[in-house]
Amino acid sequence: MQDLGIGILFKGVNFQRLLGGLWVTLRLALITIGLSCLFGLLFGMLMLSGKRIVKAFCRLWLEIVRFMPQLVLLYLVYFGFARLFGWDLDGETSAVIVFTFWGTAEMGDLIRGALTSIPRHQTESAAALGLNKARIYLHILIPQTLRRLLPQAINLSTRIIKTTALVKMINVTEVLKVGQQIIGQFYRQPDAAFWVYFVIFLLYFLVCWPFSLLARHLEKRWA
Amino acid sequence: MDGAFILAHVPDYLSGAWVTLRFGLYGVACSLALGLLCCLVRSFRVPVLRQIAGGYIELARNTPLLVQLFFLYAGLPRVGIKFSAEACAVIGLTFLGGAYMAEAFRSGLESVDKSQTEAGACIGLTRAQNIRYVVFPQALATAVPALFANVIFLIKETSVFSVLAMMDLMNVADTLRTSGGHTVEVLFMLAAAYLMILLPVSLLATLAERRLRYAGFGDRHSV
Amino acid sequence: MGEAILRVRDIHKSFDGTGVLRGVSMEIREGEVVVIVGPSGCGKSTLLRCINGLETIDRGEIFLRGEKISGRRKDLHLVRQRIGMVFQSYDLFPHMKVMDNLLLGPTKALGRPRAEVEKEALEMLERVGLREKACALPRTLSGGQKQRVALVRAMLMRPEILLLDEITAALDPEMVSEVLNVVIDLARGGMTMAIVTHEMRFAEAVADRVLFLEEGVVLEEGTPEEFFHAPKTERARHFLQSFTYASKRDKVEIQPKNNAGD
Repeated sequence: MQDLGIGILFKGVNFQRLLGGLWVTLRLALITIGLSCLFGLLFGMLMLSGKRIVKAFCRLWLEIVRFMPQLVLLYLVYFGFARLFGWDLDGETSAVIVFTFWGTAEMGDLIRGALTSIPRHQTESAAALGLNKARIYLHILIPQTLRRLLPQAINLSTRIIKTTALVKMINVTEVLKVGQQIIGQFYRQPDAAFWVYFVIFLLYFLVCWPFSLLARHLEKRWA
Repeated sequence: MDGAFILAHVPDYLSGAWVTLRFGLYGVACSLALGLLCCLVRSFRVPVLRQIAGGYIELARNTPLLVQLFFLYAGLPRVGIKFSAEACAVIGLTFLGGAYMAEAFRSGLESVDKSQTEAGACIGLTRAQNIRYVVFPQALATAVPALFANVIFLIKETSVFSVLAMMDLMNVADTLRTSGGHTVEVLFMLAAAYLMILLPVSLLATLAERRLRYAGFGDRHSV
Repeated sequence: MGEAILRVRDIHKSFDGTGVLRGVSMEIREGEVVVIVGPSGCGKSTLLRCINGLETIDRGEIFLRGEKISGRRKDLHLVRQRIGMVFQSYDLFPHMKVMDNLLLGPTKALGRPRAEVEKEALEMLERVGLREKACALPRTLSGGQKQRVALVRAMLMRPEILLLDEITAALDPEMVSEVLNVVIDLARGGMTMAIVTHEMRFAEAVADRVLFLEEGVVLEEGTPEEFFHAPKTERARHFLQSFTYASKRDKVEIQPKNNAGD
């Protein structure tokens, strides 16, 4: 076999298999992002609530996810929960739990930040114009909050997509694992590994880059 | 929890922590250098280099470190480019971190108003003096929180070094776990070890930020 | 008054195709104070910025003591060391104490010994009433104090000419005079200055000559007495009128309309 290793990707269904592997992590990321937005809204509102103990609890949660490497959290849930509680969670469920735990706190903090970033006089001058509370929220606060939040939320989403690659480490068959399988089949082709990992690298880039561009575009437009 | 087990394996964790910390710090140091370089190349609009830096930053920010490491460690050797595991660790972390540091430096530079450079020019400073005495100190002060956030982020990211067969914290824990019996203790110590590494960094960050906030400025930031 | 320190010959400058300066010429002689007035956007600030190279000019020439300073050049900082400039927004360096703000230019750009400059700086701070603020950080100063420091910072470079670009425009009204009195003090000391301002009474008090700029050209030029009391052009008259208010009791010409809906 003298042809380049990249050729193996177009043999049979290899490329589709890689895409399938990528979809495993992407699906996890999408579920995580959805849940994080949902719970994050709750989390953000809790952080803004007056109760000190609630705030402290949220703060602690946030600090934990900021301090612990996501991989450690994955290990804690995937291996630890089985031991501690006897729950034998599969890799994907563990991943959703961990990444949602993380995403909720981060998203919540972004929402809190966006809500508090709007200067008080915006509400006051809207009230001075005679708008009622609902209209103040609808026309003044929510649009401004969204403008501030959306770019950051998109950035967090790309971070979540990148982080879901870690499920490889808890035995989920995702794109890197599929790549290894393909390389294993074509062990006679010495540069197969180079091309497979290069393509995986590119695939991730092609998924994440548009989101980054969108976030930057929105940031500029709404700055 | 088995206290004797924990005590018996403290030395293992210490050596793992040392690997994590050492290579984390190498990576951080190189990232700072690479980030500063990229930032300068871009803000001084050095032709060609500037485009390369821009492309690199996009690539590094939009791909997971795990995939970058696989490419470096398992892909590149197949086309004749071989690095040791340790070199891969530092190169990988620097590749990722350089891009994040560059962005932090850039936002610092952008925060310095154009009128400051003009004021510097008006008292006859050369371009280099202007950057050294007027722009850089202010840019650095603004960038410090983001730079520290990146340091914490990068040290956390070292947790994937275990795929390079390096005996970092993660790998120490994994080895102990698979040898059986003490999953809970193993994971507990893992989390504790990361906490002990990252807590001082975080405290340092808070301290630096507070000092900077008191030490001056506020011309634009407070009020 | 002595020889011409600064000569500006027929300079043009446009931003995105809009001509901001369209052939401006002027001269400033040693010890002379020239005040440039005109409506917003007439190019006054741009004129000052062109003089010390903050903006490049499209056409024309600028001479400092007979030496051409306009056009591309690598040693622009050497030219700027001889031209002082103070802006509307003070632009003190926020990360440095007042004294370090003052010392930066003389010690780093001119390479003068620190102790000597420090002594001079304290004397000048004393003159503007801010000696006790030498160790303060800029953010702790009021706007008027900041601007006085900025003036001292520019003067410590011992410039041959000082450019002041609306230096009181950002100040609270009660702080304007403390800054302008420093400028008048400098003028008495024989400092050559080009001043852009909206304070007409100050302009009249400090100017040896007034330039009236409109739409990028010098429309009128004269002594303060001529310009403020007998302006030659209709435009200048109109401009000066905009600084006065008609009393509501002056005249009642407009008929109140009861049937506004028709």
